[in-house]
Amino acid sequence: MNLLHDLALQRLFGGLILLLIVATVIGRLIERRTRDERAMATVQNLNARINAWWVMSIVFALAVLVGPVGSVVLFALLSFLALREFITLVPTRPSDHRALLWSFFVIPPLQYLLVGLHWYGLFTILIPVYAFLFLALRIAISGDTTHFLERVSAIQWALMICVYSLSYAPALLGLSIRGHGTPGPTLLLFLVIVVQGSDVLQYIFGKLLGRRKIAPLVSPSKTVEGFVGGIAAATILGALIWWATPFTFWQAGLQALVIALTGFGGGLVMSAIKRDRGVKDFGNMIAGHGGILDRVDSLTFAAPIFFHITRFFFGG
Amino acid sequence: MISAVLAVVAQVLAGSSVRWLGSVPTEGQRVYIANHSSHFDFIVLWSYLPSRLRRLTRPVAARDYWERDMVRRYLAARVFNAVLIDRVAAPGTAAGQLGRQAVDQMAEALDDRHSLILFPEGTRGSGEDLAPFRSGLYHLCHSRPDVEVVPVYLENLNRILPKGHLLPVPMLSRITFGAPLHLQPAEEKDAFLERARQAVRELKEAA
Repeated sequence: MNLLHDLALQRLFGGLILLLIVATVIGRLIERRTRDERAMATVQNLNARINAWWVMSIVFALAVLVGPVGSVVLFALLSFLALREFITLVPTRPSDHRALLWSFFVIPPLQYLLVGLHWYGLFTILIPVYAFLFLALRIAISGDTTHFLERVSAIQWALMICVYSLSYAPALLGLSIRGHGTPGPTLLLFLVIVVQGSDVLQYIFGKLLGRRKIAPLVSPSKTVEGFVGGIAAATILGALIWWATPFTFWQAGLQALVIALTGFGGGLVMSAIKRDRGVKDFGNMIAGHGGILDRVDSLTFAAPIFFHITRFFFGG
Repeated sequence: MISAVLAVVAQVLAGSSVRWLGSVPTEGQRVYIANHSSHFDFIVLWSYLPSRLRRLTRPVAARDYWERDMVRRYLAARVFNAVLIDRVAAPGTAAGQLGRQAVDQMAEALDDRHSLILFPEGTRGSGEDLAPFRSGLYHLCHSRPDVEVVPVYLENLNRILPKGHLLPVPMLSRITFGAPLHLQPAEEKDAFLERARQAVRELKEAA
């Protein structure tokens, strides 16, 4: 029940709710004033996104409220859903079925169990070492060598992105910081606020000022203006909530900058995968956003980097 | 209770997006005809029907498969209320008689105000193209001309549970329900079966 006692958490969630209320009111006002049909579609998508943000924020707040187990279970579920979306797009063959059963029902629960136990020495190598080698072997044993390397790598990639990388977010709960003990949920909250804030801010700057495309062949909707404005604003956002973290103002800003940049990288890479597979979104689970993987794509890149940077420079 | 749990499990594993193109879910007597590529097919199709229709809708399935062990026998009888038909003739009976018997069983279920889920290919295919439809569908429509035949296309289910495996892997799939069709008066058997097959196949490309 740390939310009831932790003033910093209360302020962060309070600020989030305030922000959502403002966004909801603005969204409704714009919708009432929009006449043009094409603009209307954009506005309705915007409002669908804001509604989904309410749901996502509440689910996330509840998970944090429950305590460490809540966060671990929430991210385990997100991993499961993301993995399901990823594997759907990957050209597996019927002979991969056994390897896929391991990838869905054994490896992810084990990974999150290790994260929940704060077993750093094992959760950082379970997938890149053991699962990596085991899956290749399991598929070799199936005897089907058609496109062997493509199939093995695709499944390994799916696990690395959807399970391994994502599990670094709840792993922050077990990180101890020099002079601060185990700050727990504030680190996780800092990461999620900055990375998702950066996505939203890039979207807003892109819609308002976007002119020049930054990666026209990979992600036509991303613009230079959205990138610069979004990253800068997310950096400032991160610096402004330094008081909730173990960081100083400048450290928080720098951390936020790295989170926003790596998050952008994650979005770009996932766009490249979608483009290659010929789809616009990974799924249709969240109205206005696409699938789970479309929502956590930046987190998959930002979480492991933020974890290791924090551990290296601040760990105690 | 068990059926509600099973439906949720099937939905989690199959994560289907459902589209009704040209028809809406109703309680009228229908025969849902779908392509068949996995043992998972009918459970998924059934689990994505609205729950009030689920109780009214019975899958048509092979007795020799569903009576092989206790679990399957229980599921077929108690949970899915399956119409179990014989594929293997008892000694001394003709094959044609089996077919007639199966059609009678299905017609009876329709008369009881039930709808049916039927895989007219008769057996599981590769998931690529549809095999020619068996004639049972025609004979059923011939004896109950009022029944609506609703084509359904199931996508990606053969990847969730391929042939020869017991446990399903989660994967996103898609279910498309098409516009109902009827047997026209004086329509030939082969023409009708081919028309029905085309109706299912077209849903694959339907945007």
